Amino acid sequence: MGYVLGLQCRECGRQYPKEPLHVCEFCFGPLEIVYDYEQIRRVLTRESIARGPRNMWRYQPLLPLDGEPTVGQQVGFTPLVKAKRLGKVLGLNNLYLKNDCVNHPTLSFKDRVVAVAVSKAIEFKYDTVACASTGNLANSVAAHAAEAGLKSYIFIPADIEMTKVVGTLVYGTTLVGIRGVYDEVNRLCSEIAANFHWAFVNITIRPFYGDGSKTFGYEIAEQLGWKAPDHVVIPVAGSSLITKVYKAFHEFQHLGLIDEVKTKIHAAQASGCAPVTTAIKEGRDFIKPVIPNTIAKSIAIGNPADGYYGIKTVNESGGYGEDVSDDEIVECIKLLAQTEGIFAETAGGVTLGVARKLIAQGRIQPEDVTVLAITGNGIKTQEAVMEKVGSPVVIDPRLSAFQDLFNGKEGK
Amino acid sequence: MPILVRVPTPLQKLTGNRGEVNASGSNVKEVLSNLEDQFKGIRERLYDDSGTLRRFINIYVNDEDIRFLQGESTKVKEGDEISIVPAIAGGK
Repeated sequence: MGYVLGLQCRECGRQYPKEPLHVCEFCFGPLEIVYDYEQIRRVLTRESIARGPRNMWRYQPLLPLDGEPTVGQQVGFTPLVKAKRLGKVLGLNNLYLKNDCVNHPTLSFKDRVVAVAVSKAIEFKYDTVACASTGNLANSVAAHAAEAGLKSYIFIPADIEMTKVVGTLVYGTTLVGIRGVYDEVNRLCSEIAANFHWAFVNITIRPFYGDGSKTFGYEIAEQLGWKAPDHVVIPVAGSSLITKVYKAFHEFQHLGLIDEVKTKIHAAQASGCAPVTTAIKEGRDFIKPVIPNTIAKSIAIGNPADGYYGIKTVNESGGYGEDVSDDEIVECIKLLAQTEGIFAETAGGVTLGVARKLIAQGRIQPEDVTVLAITGNGIKTQEAVMEKVGSPVVIDPRLSAFQDLFNGKEGK
Repeated sequence: MPILVRVPTPLQKLTGNRGEVNASGSNVKEVLSNLEDQFKGIRERLYDDSGTLRRFINIYVNDEDIRFLQGESTKVKEGDEISIVPAIAGGK
């Protein structure tokens, strides 16, 4: 019942069968899934989607499984929030937040990719799943492995946020902290992947995994009433999500589900780790790797795997790239929380900060339909704001004590 | 003057299953060109049709990525080591 024809190298076009492969043997380019769009066109309509489950599997023909998903059946279809108060602050009349802070079950967009990857790992008959992660992916792989009853090994930089460590260990995984930055973890994992028969979700079965991100884009288009927005601002780490959202809109257009796509895709990075946006600003099509140094640890990848394609996506769409400082990230986490009641992780602060810059530069206009990708929950990165949101006022349990406080405040 | 070149597994079919070979040249470009002289067919694996180094190949001189040095013009001398490493298609 699947619609996958095979895999194809994005660089040289060589074709491969539908197997757990991720790199072209000839030119080392990344492989991507080839779908049978003619068959999909026959089964997938706005009506068929609308009749589907209220989760990411409503788009199942566009996902690379042969059978039904076996884990993560409730992932996705998160709210697209019309952000009126934040819009007013920013001077935008059609601002939306795609809120994956409340994605099921681990509160980030990573549940989308992992639901596909772990279901696919089961189809490929692996008994162990693994990943290299900055935290959100770790949480999600550990949770879905537990749901599936698979063994899991998870590799992280040893210094990530404690909440993400605890939120991985609780699922009963083997968590390995590496003394190094994410890029070193990733490189080590590619060596481990070559020596162990495990489904490394973001390495060995990466083409399948990555396509789970497309649902983030499908949902935006459907929730806007079957149209692509004028702008999407997306936080960039490895550059996978940004390319997949763009692909999602264009697949919908190709299938006749939406009209012509004119969406400008904008990349958002932290100034302490901005290899992609720096390349965009300098007009380069290649990445100069950097050593990350930012509180936005979830997106701190100095040598992004899909960086070239991230740059290409932004340029092709007519978008731009910007980066913001750690102070701006914290300020924007608070701004989002205090205008919309949404507590996003550091990457959300990056996205909002960058959107604000793009507006100031005139790249986003007041009436444009603009979507900010809010990809993870602030409860997971509390360290970033802990000292910067004040502290509770402590009083004795007497009405007069409160009245003193209240009056004191009133008097100020 | 010999430069040691480390060859990744997928290319070792071309080097007689050797992971380390000697090549000569005064910069990276010359050394890679000398590799083709020794091991026919390696060039098309490293360079695309327009003659630019393939995007998903990383070259290191003494463990430093040549993108941080002078690219293919990076000078090398006897005793230096060049590593050819496929970019890892991994990432968060």
